[in-house]
Amino acid sequence: MIQLNNIYKTFHKGTVNEKKALNGLNLQMNKGDFVTVIGGNGAGKSTMLNVIAGVYYVESGSVILDDKNITKKPDYKRAKYLGRVFQDPMKGTAADLSIEENLALAYRRGKTRSLRWGIHKSEREQYRERLKLLGLGLEDRLKTKVGLLSGGQRQALTLLMATLQKPKLLLLDEHTAALDPKTAAKVLHITEQIIEQDQLTALMITHNMKDALRMGNRLVMMHDGRIIFDVQGEEKKRLTVQDLLEKFQIASGDELANDRMLLG
Amino acid sequence: MGTLLALEGAVAQGLLYAIMTLGVYITYKLLDFADLTVDGSFALGGCVSAILITVGLDPFTSLLLATLAGMASGVVTGFFNTVFKIPPILAGILTMLALYSVNLRVMLGKANVPLGQQDTIFTIIQEWIPIQTDLLVILIGLVTVVLVIAFMYWFFGTEVGSAIRATGNNSDMIRALGVNTSWMKIIALLFSNGLVALSGALIAQYQQNASVSNGTGTIVVGLASVIIGEVIFGSRFNFIYKLMSVVVGSLIYRIVVALVLQVGLDTQDLKLFTAVFVALALAVPVFKQRIQRLSNRTGKIKEQPPGDNGGQGGAAQ
Repeated sequence: MIQLNNIYKTFHKGTVNEKKALNGLNLQMNKGDFVTVIGGNGAGKSTMLNVIAGVYYVESGSVILDDKNITKKPDYKRAKYLGRVFQDPMKGTAADLSIEENLALAYRRGKTRSLRWGIHKSEREQYRERLKLLGLGLEDRLKTKVGLLSGGQRQALTLLMATLQKPKLLLLDEHTAALDPKTAAKVLHITEQIIEQDQLTALMITHNMKDALRMGNRLVMMHDGRIIFDVQGEEKKRLTVQDLLEKFQIASGDELANDRMLLG
Repeated sequence: MGTLLALEGAVAQGLLYAIMTLGVYITYKLLDFADLTVDGSFALGGCVSAILITVGLDPFTSLLLATLAGMASGVVTGFFNTVFKIPPILAGILTMLALYSVNLRVMLGKANVPLGQQDTIFTIIQEWIPIQTDLLVILIGLVTVVLVIAFMYWFFGTEVGSAIRATGNNSDMIRALGVNTSWMKIIALLFSNGLVALSGALIAQYQQNASVSNGTGTIVVGLASVIIGEVIFGSRFNFIYKLMSVVVGSLIYRIVVALVLQVGLDTQDLKLFTAVFVALALAVPVFKQRIQRLSNRTGKIKEQPPGDNGGQGGAAQ
């Protein structure tokens, strides 16, 4: 359903800060896949997500969604197919707008916006129902400005907004990293619940190996801008944190060996 | 008696200028775009209206065309910002600079076009409603302001209007929700500068004179009015109150100016006075915070009202 083919992306090309973020990245996801992504800092995880979302254009390679080449489509056009939750809880919602206004904006994702009124009465009931699922009491605060909510509440709301119109692919960029452990667990639980209920295809970056092992049906590890380990199904279920650490070691050790070879 | 007359004139002007202030509110507050086009488009409105009246066009139609001209100048700034990626302030300055030449061209090379001999919308309406000029202007200004507020209330409640507000608030988020933020900015700049030019045209007809230098400092006056309104009304109220507070801000600004002129301030020092006044008005929230912090230190723990700082840092719990 989504295919990343041989993608290259370099930041600050031609300067001392040149950074190869994606280095011949290949990834194929099937409908219904829930893939967790792990990898060290600078491995290219976020860049990959942003390439899928169209925030960054690639130097070479292609992004295919349902047999359509979307490599050159701008982000706001791809938004029709994608739901996104950012790492920063402030980034996914508009602080000065109310909860219902934020939801109404999300409800119209991928649709032409007209001069009709921004929120219809019938929508409110639907929003209330969806907010109830979060179990945060937000269903009684439709008119509250989002800026008054906590980070966890905002992140849960963003999750709801990203899935209000069923996306073809849900992109989660370490969306619990900025939350305290308890809130993070709650938001992760809501994430699983929504993905299961709506049978979504999802790609989730996480720093937490346990979460990466526990959630989803497939796990990929990234290093130096490409995928170095890809495991799914039964094999993934048997995997432990120790296994992952070893894989990680081998990956970086490999790199070291290569450097030595170059120097030698 | 002189003071009372001056106040009446101040209210009349304040209402006409309030239309400009509402335009500035759209860009400055809703879009988070400090738009300096305003200095040019305000003068443009006056110039277009005045020259069209002198060539014999009906004053009402001249208002419409002045508004359209202002809209076009807003689109130019939007184009600079969204296509050329020029930062907002510089994009506005460029259009403002260009408009100075454009305005001279519009007025056929003259820096001033007096309208003493011609009919304006005010003299025409005065024939239907024979009341004293300033009262009439207040009446017309009031009706126009109410219409503009009604339009803005409707427009920014629509799907497109909400998307514009979200663009000013969090453009990453609204792009992720499928909105082309470039278009939203251009639409907001279009409406904003349309209102500014309309205000400029009305002021030119009221003062029976259009001048290319009429717009200098307009953005500062607009910002001053928005800030005064906010300082007095606070930012807790809903949209319609906010729009009304902008109008009140404009009125207060004009009244203060009328009073200091009555007291004996030289007209040529007016812009200096305005700049100082705006700097102080902008500093009010900072002073408030500092006083609050001081009183906190002395033991009185006061809860800061959430959302006063735009909500970004105001996460509760």
